Amino acid sequence: MSDNQEANSGGLFKRFAESMNRGAPMNPSDDRGRMKQVMDNLVLHLHPAKVAKPSIKFTYTWGLGGLALLLLVILVITGVMLMFVYTPDPEHAYQDMLNLKTDVWFGQFMRNLHHWSGNALVVVTLLHLLRVMYTGALSRPREFNWILGVSLLVLVVVANFTGYLLPWDQLAYWAVTVGVSLLQYVPLVGDELAYFILGGPEVGAATLTNFYGLHLAIVPLLIMGILSFHLFRARKDGFSIPRKIGEAQSERVERITTIPHLVSREFIFALAATAVLVVWAILIDAPLEEAADPNHSPNPAKAAWYFMGIQELLLHFHPIFAAIIMPAVGLTMLALLPYMEHTKDGEGVWFHSKHGRRLAVLGLITGFVGTTLLVIADEYYINLPEQLPSLPTIISNGWVPFAWTMAGLWLYWELLRGPLKAAISEARQSMFTLILTGFVVLTIIGVFFRGEGMALDWPW
Amino acid sequence: MTDENGLTRRRFLKTGWYGLGALAVGEGVYVGYRFLSPRIGEGQFGGIFDAGRVDEYPPGSVTLFTEGRFYLVRQIDGGFLALYRQCTHLGCAVPWDAEQQKFVCPCHGSNFEQDGAVLNPPAPRPLDLFAVTIENGTDIRVDTGQKTQRDNTDGTFAVYPEEIP
Ligand code: HEM
Ligand code: FES
Repeated sequence: MSDNQEANSGGLFKRFAESMNRGAPMNPSDDRGRMKQVMDNLVLHLHPAKVAKPSIKFTYTWGLGGLALLLLVILVITGVMLMFVYTPDPEHAYQDMLNLKTDVWFGQFMRNLHHWSGNALVVVTLLHLLRVMYTGALSRPREFNWILGVSLLVLVVVANFTGYLLPWDQLAYWAVTVGVSLLQYVPLVGDELAYFILGGPEVGAATLTNFYGLHLAIVPLLIMGILSFHLFRARKDGFSIPRKIGEAQSERVERITTIPHLVSREFIFALAATAVLVVWAILIDAPLEEAADPNHSPNPAKAAWYFMGIQELLLHFHPIFAAIIMPAVGLTMLALLPYMEHTKDGEGVWFHSKHGRRLAVLGLITGFVGTTLLVIADEYYINLPEQLPSLPTIISNGWVPFAWTMAGLWLYWELLRGPLKAAISEARQSMFTLILTGFVVLTIIGVFFRGEGMALDWPW
Repeated sequence: MTDENGLTRRRFLKTGWYGLGALAVGEGVYVGYRFLSPRIGEGQFGGIFDAGRVDEYPPGSVTLFTEGRFYLVRQIDGGFLALYRQCTHLGCAVPWDAEQQKFVCPCHGSNFEQDGAVLNPPAPRPLDLFAVTIENGTDIRVDTGQKTQRDNTDGTFAVYPEEIP
């Protein structure tokens, strides 16, 4: 009552400002007023009115989900700006990129900001996933939100990939050629699928039209839809509460009002992140090579960096395994991770427990050493199709190394569950670490250590 | 009516609704798919190319048709092959290396023989073929809409001009 009376008094400006928040006062003097303000404001009501004090600790979330959100906002703004100076047509696209440098005020800056935010979003989304994984915040009731999150990760990668073609330079043309060609290895429908996406037999004007539509409309709409659901669930499920190793899950935690405690932190963090991005975009130009030339492939032709792990796998496994089966199995297992167990034992604790931490480090080391050694061995010593000449390559270079890899992983799992006495969630975490590290190592090798003809080479 | 009957009717209707729903989704997907399907114009890549006369190509020659994206290969024995220029590994444009007498893919190091056979992985299969026809014993036509994938080069894929007496 008194709130409303206060709100309705005062000048026109004050009344106007307060009317945006359904009459809540702009500078509430008590907690009740601050909570009301959160609930009555469209943007702020993504938050609960009060939050558990430990949950807003920066070193718990590292602000990663929020950072992803910020990057998305920057991407939308810069992306819409770029729309006005870009024509999705092979005749003009590349010239438009050059014009950004010379004819458009702040053109290169806008492109840089869009480019770097897009790439940063892939990294930040992945780091956010890691944060959730290693703090055990994926268990019940958040399993489904984890699945939404994995969908967002996939969409973020698709958004990047479809945007990659638009500059229509050599990098774009051949990365998309190589990337879409991966699809041709899908059994039965692969050729058809690649043809459909390209809008023809190879990358051309129709491909550019398709990718433009996907990049500007379909993917962003899907991201917005799923992201709303994701944020809704993050709030509904109740935010996980951090603990120290060994500390019990306490019934009562102190709750503080979102304004000012959380909102001010978010604001400062967003400002700092924006500043870093802007400086980055001023200093470092987004790459642009020669105009696309369908007659000359560069040597080597590399996919976009987030696909280099898969391209590296292709050097070691038959394409059906490298491009289809292994990524599909990996992604499915990633999505279903939270359904492996019911308990919330590890929730809110970094790496679950002391033992969990040791086992995660073991996974890291095993993944790093194992993958590196296997890549080197395969490069110089192993040539399965030659060593097993009587078998078709899908067996000698597909089933054989795949079975060995699976056997290795199974052995590691048994080791964890048996002699190393890992609980399910500790074993899951260690296994996840091993596989992820392997993928990261493959990506790094692919990006930095592959030279001409994709031979192993030093980057310097 | 017994409970059981009631349940059956309900189940029947429910299944019906699911069925109709699935049908509607299917229709939507089909309409979308057909709407977005690629359109290939006449005379573009994907159509038939006139590749000239048989006697323009000495045995052992490899000739690039840039527009048609294929190499017309005349084998030593006189047979013709039209090899699609796209690498069977990941789709790069494969140049012919006349010095080494083989196709060398710049992207990830696949090598192919003159007839398209794989000399060097990672390419999983020989270069693809377009259909070659020789009309009146001399005029070569290549149909870039008809592509053949092959697992090996054992069979005879080459097309020979008929001897005109
Ligand atoms: C476009 C990408 C994404 C955006 C913008 C986003 C945004 C957010 C935000 C703002 C939060 C709340 C606070 C925080 O942790 O910072 C959150 C929480 C959460 N996210 Fe995401 N997210 C994204 C992708 C993902 C991915 C890839 C996963 C995992 C597969 C994931 C799983 C979760 C879960 C389980 C929570 C609840 C965490 C808890 O209660 O501790 N999200 N997300
Ligand atoms: S595309 Fe030719 S070797 Fe990879």
